[in-house]
Amino acid sequence: MPTVSVSRKRPLLSRIPVVHQVRQSVGLQRGMLLAGLAITGIFLIAAFFAPAIAPYGFSQLHDASGSFGAQQPPSPAHIWGTTVGGYDVFSRVVWGSQTALGVIVVSVVLSIFAGIFLGLVSGYFGGWLDRVLVVVCDAVYAFPSLLLAIVMSIVISGGQSKLWGGILAAAISITVVFIPQYFRVIRAEAVRIKAEAYVESARVVGAGNGRIMFRHVLRNATRTLPLIFTLNSSEAILTLAGLGFLGFGIEPTAASEWGYDLNKALSDVTSGIWWTALYPGLAIVLVVLGVTLVGESLNDLADPRLRGRRAVAKASGDVAETSVVPGGTLAAPGGVGELEGAGLLGDDGIEVRS
Amino acid sequence: MTNVVEIEELGVSFATDAGAVKAVDGVSLTVAEGEVLAIVGESGSGKTVTAKTILGLLPETATASGAVLLTSRDNQSTTDVIAVSKQRLREVRGRDVAMVFQEPSTALNPVYPVGWQIAEGLRAHGSYSRSEARERAIEVMRLVGIPEPEVRVKYYPHQFSGGQKQRIVIAMALVLNPGLIVADEPTTALDVTVQAEILDLLRRCRDEFGAAIVLITHNMGVVADLADRVAVMYQGKVIEQADSRTLFSAPREEYTKRLLAAVPHVGQGRAITRERADTRAEGWSGQAPVVEAKGLRIQYPGRLGRPGFVAVDDVSFQILPGEVLGLVGESGSGKTTTGRAIAGLTRVTGGSLRVLGHEMNGIREREFRKSRKDIGFVFQDPASSFNPLLTIAECVAEPLIVHGRARDPQAARARVDELLEAVQLPRAYGERFPHELSGGQRQRASLARALALDPQLLIADEPTSALDVSVQARVLELFAELQRELGFAALFISHDLAVVDLLADRIGVLYQGRLVEEGTGEAVLESPKDRYTQRLLASLPVPDPAVQAQRRQRLHELRAPLA
Repeated sequence: MPTVSVSRKRPLLSRIPVVHQVRQSVGLQRGMLLAGLAITGIFLIAAFFAPAIAPYGFSQLHDASGSFGAQQPPSPAHIWGTTVGGYDVFSRVVWGSQTALGVIVVSVVLSIFAGIFLGLVSGYFGGWLDRVLVVVCDAVYAFPSLLLAIVMSIVISGGQSKLWGGILAAAISITVVFIPQYFRVIRAEAVRIKAEAYVESARVVGAGNGRIMFRHVLRNATRTLPLIFTLNSSEAILTLAGLGFLGFGIEPTAASEWGYDLNKALSDVTSGIWWTALYPGLAIVLVVLGVTLVGESLNDLADPRLRGRRAVAKASGDVAETSVVPGGTLAAPGGVGELEGAGLLGDDGIEVRS
Repeated sequence: MTNVVEIEELGVSFATDAGAVKAVDGVSLTVAEGEVLAIVGESGSGKTVTAKTILGLLPETATASGAVLLTSRDNQSTTDVIAVSKQRLREVRGRDVAMVFQEPSTALNPVYPVGWQIAEGLRAHGSYSRSEARERAIEVMRLVGIPEPEVRVKYYPHQFSGGQKQRIVIAMALVLNPGLIVADEPTTALDVTVQAEILDLLRRCRDEFGAAIVLITHNMGVVADLADRVAVMYQGKVIEQADSRTLFSAPREEYTKRLLAAVPHVGQGRAITRERADTRAEGWSGQAPVVEAKGLRIQYPGRLGRPGFVAVDDVSFQILPGEVLGLVGESGSGKTTTGRAIAGLTRVTGGSLRVLGHEMNGIREREFRKSRKDIGFVFQDPASSFNPLLTIAECVAEPLIVHGRARDPQAARARVDELLEAVQLPRAYGERFPHELSGGQRQRASLARALALDPQLLIADEPTSALDVSVQARVLELFAELQRELGFAALFISHDLAVVDLLADRIGVLYQGRLVEEGTGEAVLESPKDRYTQRLLASLPVPDPAVQAQRRQRLHELRAPLA
């Protein structure tokens, strides 16, 4: 008699965040997501395994066979050539990913907690606090982040940055600009969710503000965070590169940094030395592209209206159960109790329909 | 007589995340000239999808098979909507078939004047000069009963009331004089009294313009009022087709019989109420009331420099322990505001409202919080009243945890199971998330949550208006049963007189923020004194075509404007 058993847990594999989205996606959306994941994956691998991948150190000028020489074209010893300062371009690009990842992590960690907390409080309570915070955030928005980053780098390390000085300068300046972004998104969601019936229902039950805020509002307000997280990551990289390009970057002896290398490659371009500018530039573009692709795809997939689906054959599929109780009424045979009582449940509590 | 539309073996499948889902399965229907065909069924039965296929309005994720043959008014051309090109489909839409939507406030574009929107259909099907289009728009607005159409043709949608907006949507459908109008739940979003007017207008569309109508609805009263023929849909199939008199008097299928039996009638609750009144102990009426309102006034603050909106004005009533008060009224009558004020969700601005011994006028949340355990609240929309990230068991345990009866959801589980059982949900449902339950199940879980702390007072704000008739019947029965067992006092808010009648000991009728009538169900429903109550009662369509025809007559006599 029992024909269909409904199991409720989805398999473990499809519950892991990104894996689930990859399985869910089709067509172009899947292509975008996979391309983004691939690029981001290469970036992460390069960052974590830089010492193993890079043939030379980031500040290495010579090996056992002598000095590398400046502006050497690509050769078997230096596959992407050497820079004007005599560094190996390939090694510098690989080591640079480590610096970029550091900036992303520090800036996002610094901004995400403050931004979310302020947004939640501001959106949930409203009133004058909300108004003040919104005005402050708008003012920060109007501030050019690169200018702020320059000021920060001077404050932190007098403009002559070591590795962490440079990373922190970039990260803190980005943080200041990012907090309003997290703030605005979470605030908008909090304002929306505040009016939802389940929040009202928690208030009727007598739950305190803290409980409502964190248990009911915050947990439902985080769905757009992955998108901002990825967009911010790419912006962080661009700011770091911008700083380096303007000469406020990290000293080549302290760490490798793509913006700095680009800056030093400026004069090379006119004299036909293309390899010193091309590879760091490509690295910046690709990482930003990869991270943005992941973010946009996740955003599209999270929205049922934007999500693509496989086309179905004509007149295929099963008709969904219209009502839980077929014709369920007061006059149902056996009364209400029979309709969904224990008789319809298997031993394991899984509902079986006949 | 020719058929305006012939649907043959229509099948529609949707691509979803869970694979293909079939919404319509081998449906064949015909609609003759000047005929009203009602398609009825529960939500998900495929009635709307069938209707939308007639206009070729299916979303991209859908694929259709079979044929929908649409014949133009002059019998010149027949089009198969499923196979035809987009270009041809555009020509057919508006000219051969038009649509009336459910929600008039979203079917009109708020940034264009209504005249422009009516004329848009004309411009799409031929060249009209500006003044010609305006003339035609005014003409059709007059036909649908908009007063002073010459002036109002320039008005924007927000300047009209809900019923007038629906009239304009109908005018847009009529402007090209199509042979067929598809009306998808045209009165669901409207109040009962307005609904009766719109139904009259649709009847005129048929009688005076000779348009055939496909009416999609779940309201059996509306079907009885308007339809010539009825098709009952269930799980994507048409299971019964008959002319409306036959269907209501002698339904053939078991499902149809049950569907009809589930429709609440005014007068059903009278026996129950009397029985309960008889069993009350002596001196019951002398007890201190749970809720007592005296000259209650609630005003929402207006914009700067403007007076606020008075939602409730000078309302007095009381609810005794164990008594069910039904509050009936149309949208904007203040019934929900009253309920929210009792639950402490809306600020009382005048008069006195005593709830469980607390004066709510000027109360602070901190003082009231302790009494919240004695108040349960069931919200209108079961879909949004549960936190989507918590399981049902966690949601139901929430009041227990907040009031310190249990430390965490695990500790509360025994009581939660008990509650789920009380609302006839299997225990295993506690592990599910809200979206994994149907509307009726969710509303029962909502009832379980409201009853978790054994409240003295339960406020139910339109608990069944988002549910299908058959599911509504079960939730109502459950409510009555639990009320009998647990003996809580209740405020039951609804726009549906028949639903309130089923449950309430006494009924209060609200109109524009004022309580116009209050008394026992018998007094209010049998011999209503207030003119508004009379009109409300007469507007309620009953699921019986013969009786409904008589009632319509009576309503027309009452239709004089209310003082």
